Amino acid sequence: MSLAFEWLLAIRFLKEGRMQSWLILAGVTGGVAIIIFLTQLINQLQGTIIDRVLSSQAHIVMRPAEEVVLRLNQSETLTAALIQQRGQRLRSIDQWESFAQLARTTPGIKAVSPLATGPVFARNNLASKSVVLMGIVPEDYLKVVDMNRYLVKGRFDVSSEQTVIGTELAKDLGVGLGDRIQIVNEVGVVQNLTIVGLFDINNKDLNKRWVFTQLRLAQSLLNIPGGVSSIDLTVHDLFGAKLLAQRLSKQTGLLVESWMETNSGLLNALSNQTVTNSLIRVFVVIIVALGIASVLVVSVVQKQKEIGILRAMGATQQQVLRIFLMQGALFGSLGSLMGVSLAFGLLTLFATVYKSPDGSMMFTAQLDPNLVVMASIVAMLVGILAALLPARRAARMDPVQAIRS
Amino acid sequence: MNPILQLKQIRKSYNIGTSIETEILHGIDIELSAGSFSALTGPSGSGKSTLLNIIGLLEPPTSGELVISGKSTQNISDDQLTKLRGLNIGFVFQFHHLLPAFNALENVMMPSIIHQQLEKNKAERRAQQLLNAVGLASATQKKPNELSGGMQQRVAIARALMLNPPLVLADEPTGNLDTHSADDIFKLLERINQTEGISFLIVTHDMKLAQRCSSRFHLVDGCLSQSFET
Ligand SMILES: Nc1ncnc2c1ncn2[C@@H]1O[C@H](COP(=O)(O)OP(=O)(O)OP(=O)(O)O)[C@@H](O)[C@H]1O
Ligand SMILES: [Mg+2]
Repeated sequence: MSLAFEWLLAIRFLKEGRMQSWLILAGVTGGVAIIIFLTQLINQLQGTIIDRVLSSQAHIVMRPAEEVVLRLNQSETLTAALIQQRGQRLRSIDQWESFAQLARTTPGIKAVSPLATGPVFARNNLASKSVVLMGIVPEDYLKVVDMNRYLVKGRFDVSSEQTVIGTELAKDLGVGLGDRIQIVNEVGVVQNLTIVGLFDINNKDLNKRWVFTQLRLAQSLLNIPGGVSSIDLTVHDLFGAKLLAQRLSKQTGLLVESWMETNSGLLNALSNQTVTNSLIRVFVVIIVALGIASVLVVSVVQKQKEIGILRAMGATQQQVLRIFLMQGALFGSLGSLMGVSLAFGLLTLFATVYKSPDGSMMFTAQLDPNLVVMASIVAMLVGILAALLPARRAARMDPVQAIRS
Repeated sequence: MNPILQLKQIRKSYNIGTSIETEILHGIDIELSAGSFSALTGPSGSGKSTLLNIIGLLEPPTSGELVISGKSTQNISDDQLTKLRGLNIGFVFQFHHLLPAFNALENVMMPSIIHQQLEKNKAERRAQQLLNAVGLASATQKKPNELSGGMQQRVAIARALMLNPPLVLADEPTGNLDTHSADDIFKLLERINQTEGISFLIVTHDMKLAQRCSSRFHLVDGCLSQSFET
């Protein structure tokens, strides 16, 4: 079946009603552009935010199970337990090597890094600061948090008695590369470390607190010889972290938390944003559909006489129906084509105007092909659906009525 | 001659089932033979246009039977009716009813485009020939609003002939024209009737024009009063 007649009439009628056609085309273009622009913007910004949050964080952290809870159930030595808890004696994970091995062989886990972390004091002859000692196995830890990315001076090297600290701590202590600081533990044992690197991790608190050293040294300073206080993991699928954490918790009996739980506030905010965007999309689609429908209704009334003539000459109801459905489809597809271009223009503009506080690109103008294809299909379907009512009205018009008037 | 069109006891009522139900046509019997040139006359409001629309399958009779080219039109679907109409009947209306978005040539080609009867080249050639025949050889690219009333009516006539239908129905084709143009158009219809053998049924108020037809039907208050063969 050839649709030559329908196409010819659809396009000629559109050209005839030039003003209306351009206006509604502008409407569809604007609608498609808004949807693509907003979605792209939100997706990318969300991606950036998550990326920033997670780049200095493990996706999953395994810690010793809460002993307090167990004891509460078991015995009456509640006060003793609480006192012990308050004493903050650092607990280590029993048989952590086997748990680390389990994590390494779990599908979906990208990297595994054992840590011995705990509170100590960092001081020199000027000041003394309460900090967190981060005892790491560098090869493993760098796979979880790429510290080289945040290094602003020196190198990331914690071998022998070297350390890497944050820029804020360096400022507080008035020290720089090559200087020495003293680490003092709870019981007053002192360890000298030489600063060989400074990092800035986009987090003031961590820049003040983290002091990196090798695992062995930390174990002895924190008084957990051979032990680790936590095992940090990264995963391949970010949003699968929660499930994976739950599984590992069941398998190990440890306290296992994913980034999704520790950042639930952020996740909530992001999902609210997504809901808002969906609402906007729905309303834009409705408005565009109503726009197309109303323009076509007017057009059908205006073309009453022509439709009557065509019917008199033998055009069937279906042919007339298709003429107007095609107009709807044309509005949808032309509008989405132009809308995509407009969205890309807006994104480019946005990317050049809005930058991060540090001047870097917060955002790159790019179009997700899936999004573009989806938007185009939806626009076309919406166009056809919106045209359905006016088209049926046109098809059912009485040719005699049109010719007599 | 075998009849190209037969009307058997055609009745038409409007507003059926309401208090203002009125019967406009009260049982019309007409037979048109192939190649005939007939006039339909009658006072205003007598039902001429209604009868012509029924013959042209644009609206159904309330009762009675209509046979076109040997086919009864009772109990056939709207689509079949539309097809039958498009291929067997050409229309010329008083107000020419051309499509304003299309030029003269395209307007003439339209029936072929609708029915996909001829491929584009052939359709274009035929449309051009028809426009030449109605004396509009040089106006093919003009839009309707660039043509005079008489010229528009010629385009409409050419369009009615596009698919070479056996019957052309004309509802006051000259009613909107001055006497001179009206005479020209009428002569054109007579010539086409003689050269192509196409049957014409022409509604007219002009008794002088009606006299030139080979048969006449006179409608008064929904009834045929007399018809003469000459
Ligand atoms: N859709 C309709 N509903 C109700 N009445 C109608 C309808 N169409 C036509 N009529 C009535 O039918 C009668 C015949 O109308 P018709 O148009 O056939 O007359 P006509 O002979 O063509 O008149 P004219 O010479 O003025 O063109 C008129 O009284 C008209 O009012
Ligand atoms: Mg009339």
